[in-house]
Amino acid sequence: MDNLLSIVTFLPALAALILALFLRGGDKAADRNAKWLALIATSATFLISLFILAQFDRNDIGFQMVESADWLLGLQYKMGVDGISVLFVMLTTFIMPLVIAASWNVSTRVKEYMIAFLLLETLMLGVFMALDLVLFYLFFEAGLIPMFLIIGIWGGKERIYASFKFFLYTFLGSVLMLVAMVAMASNAGTTDIPTLMLHEFSSATFSILGIPVVGGLQTMLFLAFFASFAVKMPMWPVHTWLPDAHVQAPTAGSVVLASILLKMGGYGFLRFSLPMFPVGSEVLTPLVLWMSAIAIVYTSLVALVQEDMKKLIAYSSVAHMGYVTMGIFAGNQQGIDGAIFQMLSHGFVSGALFLCVGVIYDRMHTRDIDAYGGLVNRMPAYAMIFMFFTMANVGLPGTSGFVGEFLTLVGIFQTNTWVAAVATSGVILSAAYALWLYRRVVMGDLIKESLRTIKDMTRREKLIFAPLIAMTIWLGIYPAPILDRIGPSVEALVSNYDTALAAADSATQVADNAAPAAEH
Amino acid sequence: MESLILFAPLFGALVAGFGWRVIGERGAMWITTGLLFMACAFSWIIFLTFDGTLYKVEIFRWIESGTLSTSWAIRMDRLTAIMLIVITTVSALVHLYSFGYMAHDPQWKEGESYKPRFFAYLSFFTFAMLMLVTADNLVQMFFGWEGVGVASYLLIGFYYRKPSANAAAMKAFVVNRVGDFGFSLGMFALFYLVDSINFDDVFAASPELAQTQLSFLWTEWNAANLIAVLLFIGAMGKSAQLFLHTWLPDAMEGPTPVSALIHAATMVTAGVFLVCRMSPLMEYAPEATAFITFLGATTAFFAATVGLVQNDIKRVIAYSTCSQLGYMFVAAGVGAYGVAMFHLLTHAFFKAMLFLGAGSVIHAMHHEQDMRNYGSLRKKIPFTFWAMMVGTLAITGFGIPLTHIGFAGFLSKDAIIESAWAGTQGGYAFWMLVIAALFTSFYSWRLMFMTFFGEARGDKHTHEHAHESPLVMLIPLGVLGLGAVFSGMVWYNSFFGDHTAMNRFFGIPTHHAEASEAGHETTVEAAPAAGDSGEGAVEATEGASHATGDAALADTSELASESDGEAGAEAHAAMAGTAPVGAIFMAADNTVIEEAHAAPAWVKVSPFIAMAIGFVIAYLFYIVNPALPRRLAESQRPLYLFLLNKWYFDEIYDFLFIRSAKAIGRFFWKRGDVEVIDGSINGIALGIVPYLTRLAGRAQNGYVFTYAFAMVIGIAVLITWMTFVGAE
Repeated sequence: MDNLLSIVTFLPALAALILALFLRGGDKAADRNAKWLALIATSATFLISLFILAQFDRNDIGFQMVESADWLLGLQYKMGVDGISVLFVMLTTFIMPLVIAASWNVSTRVKEYMIAFLLLETLMLGVFMALDLVLFYLFFEAGLIPMFLIIGIWGGKERIYASFKFFLYTFLGSVLMLVAMVAMASNAGTTDIPTLMLHEFSSATFSILGIPVVGGLQTMLFLAFFASFAVKMPMWPVHTWLPDAHVQAPTAGSVVLASILLKMGGYGFLRFSLPMFPVGSEVLTPLVLWMSAIAIVYTSLVALVQEDMKKLIAYSSVAHMGYVTMGIFAGNQQGIDGAIFQMLSHGFVSGALFLCVGVIYDRMHTRDIDAYGGLVNRMPAYAMIFMFFTMANVGLPGTSGFVGEFLTLVGIFQTNTWVAAVATSGVILSAAYALWLYRRVVMGDLIKESLRTIKDMTRREKLIFAPLIAMTIWLGIYPAPILDRIGPSVEALVSNYDTALAAADSATQVADNAAPAAEH
Repeated sequence: MESLILFAPLFGALVAGFGWRVIGERGAMWITTGLLFMACAFSWIIFLTFDGTLYKVEIFRWIESGTLSTSWAIRMDRLTAIMLIVITTVSALVHLYSFGYMAHDPQWKEGESYKPRFFAYLSFFTFAMLMLVTADNLVQMFFGWEGVGVASYLLIGFYYRKPSANAAAMKAFVVNRVGDFGFSLGMFALFYLVDSINFDDVFAASPELAQTQLSFLWTEWNAANLIAVLLFIGAMGKSAQLFLHTWLPDAMEGPTPVSALIHAATMVTAGVFLVCRMSPLMEYAPEATAFITFLGATTAFFAATVGLVQNDIKRVIAYSTCSQLGYMFVAAGVGAYGVAMFHLLTHAFFKAMLFLGAGSVIHAMHHEQDMRNYGSLRKKIPFTFWAMMVGTLAITGFGIPLTHIGFAGFLSKDAIIESAWAGTQGGYAFWMLVIAALFTSFYSWRLMFMTFFGEARGDKHTHEHAHESPLVMLIPLGVLGLGAVFSGMVWYNSFFGDHTAMNRFFGIPTHHAEASEAGHETTVEAAPAAGDSGEGAVEATEGASHATGDAALADTSELASESDGEAGAEAHAAMAGTAPVGAIFMAADNTVIEEAHAAPAWVKVSPFIAMAIGFVIAYLFYIVNPALPRRLAESQRPLYLFLLNKWYFDEIYDFLFIRSAKAIGRFFWKRGDVEVIDGSINGIALGIVPYLTRLAGRAQNGYVFTYAFAMVIGIAVLITWMTFVGAE
């Protein structure tokens, strides 16, 4: 199969097209057909994507299964995966069938709902596979449209405000990224990502309005991309759209947002920022590290006092993404391995946590922590699953959450002990807010009248959690297969990064030495 | 066999936890208990046949990233063997005991099934604890470390309807996490400097670490000291040492068998185990071990003072545990690791016994825990009384002075006090421990007198119905009783008494003969002799036997702390050398054991005298003149309240940490997120807001299309640029 990547990418879109064109009527039967078609399409996508994993050669550090074709206006359609992206592709195809299964109770505009999610899957997969700047930009930005619709149409009471905020943040970031892309294309004369990764953008210091810009063009480009990725991550202080978006989004939307969409920022840093603008990255590393460390402590403290379950978990997501950015900008093997691992793990764990909220939201139609208490009395299975993911969320060894957190911290300790110490204090705070939430919702006696008849999880709900539990444990106790696949690409990334920095360093020194010589 | 010991409890936990509906409640209880007894039998076989030589069983790979490489493995040496018997024995007996204790728990409603869950948790805890002690690297140890934390959390909060139990469970987990914060940083620092966190590599590098400066936070530190202190912070959390002790008394909210297993015999000793396990590092960290000694002694004293006035029978024993752990840390701190392990072993027996005995009393008294409502119980529950008597004699250290005949605690505690005298030249730690011994005796006898002697107080009805516990609860008491009486005398020589026996026991080659005998050249001896590591490398080249050490030193990579001019600049990162042989390591200049043996008679008798004084005072207060304690408490009211309220630690922490964390969180949220960040974003947006709201008003998702439109324009710009400019 030469077009494996394209098949996987566009299969969900094809299903969406079929739904749009051929499914008629809004009755129960049509709704059921839409659900089943979406479930089959996403499951098939997952099964086919397993071939990508099977074909993936872990020792090959370059792009694999590359497809390339001419496209309109002389642009290139180019797709491919490497050790950094392949697992994000797998994460996406793995999560989507679960998301569809979790949406089984949706009853308004089912067809459109399914189309939105199917299109979203195609666009997200495209982001992780695109090897052309324009193509990447298309996928990256277009992916927001279905998400807007999901929040805006199937969301909660204040969905307009939430999507307005979402829009504003991402739009500002995107504009800058677009400008940077134009600059890159004109500078390097190509939009091919592998070529751009080898291109050396100028890092000579210049000044704007008398202010010298260390790292020159690279720093400017870095900042422009950073604006977009930092919003996507989201990093402190541009994180405030996330809690609102999560709170207003339907459960399935929250799961996709937390599990996959948040990973695009981290992926972007690894695909663009570090390899293409090494000097710019290095110049701004202290800023990014401190933003990450602050994010971990700040958002954990904010999570501690939340009264809305989804908001609490959203803030906890921001804290976890802090570990990711910190690991990436540690710039060493453990840090970046850990960052990628943390993103994958967070995909399972936070997705599952949002599903946990969804389970009781479906029953009680409230996310207020105060409305619950003592659920363990009537929902033992739920209590157990929620406990499991709470522990995974606090990074208990033996769950996937630990491996990523541990590796990023090992990585950062080697470059900045202050940031490491501040970030490590996150393990205390995360335990505090996660267990405090659990205690208020699940523990205690069941005294609230409204909860007297609440039912435990159904078989369907348990089945949705089963794969997530399996992945969380597997990644926790035997992460070697994952790390083996990430490792070589990251090693190449790190060594290129170091080489580029060393080269730039000596270039500056030569320039410094040359300057006085010239004066003489 | 090692793997069987390790995984049998896990298997039992899974079967009992998930399969009890199939195999039934009793099936779940029998499976977990049976597997534990099997593991216990195997552990004793290993312990008794073990020759002291280290071996390892690899299981499979775990976290590997770059040069970081860890795997799941079993490291079997004497330390592990000791912990194996302690854990599996106490755990098996506690499983058995729980058959009786948990039979009719009034916390649960009729028909509710709680027993399988309880037994599954107990077995899961045992598994995690075994993972902790069999680890061959710090990360696996950390796995067990956090695993026991979770098990402890689940078991403290076992009565999930009780708010106080839920609060205590959470407190235990979070306070332990504070310790884990230190433990983690210690691991990171070790990996940074040694490039490995496997024990052998760390041990081999320890002499180098002592010569290395590490810049951490605001200043430069001696690496060995810094890492030792960071790891010890982890130990402080788990072993409830001063400042991180507040969770332990609250942990008594859990069922009593849990207190016996987790909060007396096993989990809380993990910190002591950690320090002993890291003995090759500790030996090169003099400041850190001085700190450990100081803190251990202070804890022993502090907890004993609080224990004097508590009225809840379990809390008295909890503070007593806290205090005894302080003793163990003092021993480890002064370098007498064997003695620390000795007390760990004997303490496991007699403290588990005291807890189970207390459980038997509580069971008899229908879950009444306040000693003020006890009294005169010795005839009602005679077996329990005698069991508690043995436990009390053991903990107070009863024996024949200046001989090696006595209850378990007599031998191990006196060994600690003698070591403390030798290790601190009769300083602070020694005196603190002697005073604590007096207090220990007082509160232990106070417990006995208030419970079993005097007049029956409290609810008459309860006293009339007080009954002896069933056999399944008494058998464990009997077995532990054997340990409380004999374990001290049997293993005295192996842990402390006789140097050759000790070396054989722990698999330590005799001093100095080491290199020639086993061919294990170590930089251990070369490095400390040399002033700084630069010279160390030079001197190491002298002598053919040092060749390997030199090669390893020479081709090591650079340390990142190169910035500092002196020692660090010469030091090297991937420190090499060979790990010292033996389960515990005592540097050539560590002569604390010999000095302790040579302690003067008054030192050796001092704990006995302290014990006797404590007994006499308790006798006066609670038998001769029971009105005396009240009068004393009234005349010394501030002091009494100070002790009763545990030196006000909880109140201070609540104010300092919990309230302030919430206040800061609220500030960040309301002021930071809502006002500053959203406020400024809104400010920026103000220009386009009217425009957008108009759009939003027109169509529900109007601005989505705006966005799509903007994106298309963006693409158009890009493509135009590409076509006309970029392609040139």
